[in-house]
Amino acid sequence: MAKQKWLIYLITWWSGYFVMALELLGGRALSPFFGTGIYVWGAIITLFMLSLSLGYLLGGHFSARQPSLRKLSVILLAATVAATPCASWATPILERVFDTLPDPRYGALASSILLFFLPITISGAISPYAIRLLVDGQGTSGKVAGMVFFISTFGSTAGTLLTSFYLVLIFELDQLFYGMMSISILVTVAALLIGSVSREAVPHAA
Amino acid sequence: MRPDRVAVLAFAVWLTASLAHATPTIISQEKSLYRVIIIYEENGLRCMKFGTHDNGRQSCMTIADPDRLVFNLPKMIMGALYLKPNPGRILVIGLGGGTVVDVLQKLLPGSQVDAVELDPAVIRVAKKYFAFIPAPGTNLYAEDGRVFVKHLLKKKIKYDLIILDAFDHISVPEHMTTREYLKELANLLEHDGVLAANTFSSGMLHAAESATYFATFGAYYNLKIHNRVILAKMDGIPDQVTIQRNADRLESAFQRFGTGKEWLLPLFDTNPTWPAGTRLLTDQYSPANLLNGR
Repeated sequence: MAKQKWLIYLITWWSGYFVMALELLGGRALSPFFGTGIYVWGAIITLFMLSLSLGYLLGGHFSARQPSLRKLSVILLAATVAATPCASWATPILERVFDTLPDPRYGALASSILLFFLPITISGAISPYAIRLLVDGQGTSGKVAGMVFFISTFGSTAGTLLTSFYLVLIFELDQLFYGMMSISILVTVAALLIGSVSREAVPHAA
Repeated sequence: MRPDRVAVLAFAVWLTASLAHATPTIISQEKSLYRVIIIYEENGLRCMKFGTHDNGRQSCMTIADPDRLVFNLPKMIMGALYLKPNPGRILVIGLGGGTVVDVLQKLLPGSQVDAVELDPAVIRVAKKYFAFIPAPGTNLYAEDGRVFVKHLLKKKIKYDLIILDAFDHISVPEHMTTREYLKELANLLEHDGVLAANTFSSGMLHAAESATYFATFGAYYNLKIHNRVILAKMDGIPDQVTIQRNADRLESAFQRFGTGKEWLLPLFDTNPTWPAGTRLLTDQYSPANLLNGR
């Protein structure tokens, strides 16, 4: 149980990191096509907020149906797969949007939707799902939710700081995208393995 | 009056006069979407700076003689005309106080000048406080310099001269330092077109920019004092004899702006150096602001 608990927190932390790093790198990916003006960041932040809000809703909804660490791992894997266009097809997608929408405001918004809506919406589902897995009684729900928010937001802090201060000095944009996707897959595999070894120990939600 | 009192009085008068002379008078302060733009006057100059704590000046004008250039940077940029003396169509990226565009309008009245500036407030201030009046052949655009260039490429417009002056000492638009952007600028230039770029003169950003420009344009002239201006030409930089000949042709016209070949020609260096293995700036790797000052 302890291992699984730590894995749930790890997935939550990494998801927070992943979301903010993707947001920062998204700004960098969009800038050659739409600039770095306030409207570009406005488009990116709008899309991330909207996606996260939908993700929270979906995560809460799914958590009511026999939640498990295995399913949480699959959510993380789905977010990773959904981020593939950011790493593999960003340039052709951005070129197509640039050719279609001459106004950089709507170009930036449309590009954000195409590149980030799915991975961020799915990532948003992780925190409420994790809370459901960790809560073992009504009396602890607030404490658990607070801890999950803390760990997730702390992951976001790390993702923001490390990416913007250090990693962009060392790695290329695509290397960072692929690196994060690789880490997501490693975390997923670890959670799936440990989850399958001791499934009986997973906290049950009635 | 006792001599010591006279001395004290004289010192007080001198000190008061000096302080009055040295204290800048702020004549305008405007908060734009991107920065605080301050216009002030000091020692017969009217200057623009960004931010109250910024000591760097974006642009200055001699109030009594607005044509006379104050800074070395626009004088160095004028060196681009030694590579191609009669550009018919010119693109200026970054307006500032409008100094460079103003010089080009006066030097080349038949040319068409397109100027793009990110901040609409800078355009307003240039017109209001720096005697900048766009000529009939001058078009001003408020847009991001990279996005604007991408739109121009779609229209298949070509330029004889592009001046890239979109940076200041505290903020570098990173997406406008990359090899991909320089290639886009190259694609906008005529087969014998010239690029003049204001770049950084020291540190790791200087090295990265030097390597990136060389990878895109090949050999270039490197004009460096405190600022550094890179002059590149699509069909290769002309030799010193051609530069000298063009300088002779332009000498009388340049005098009006307080510069000339005696000052400019010694700056034409073809041997900039940078450490082996310097990483190029690309759309994938462009931490220009982090490299600046390292």
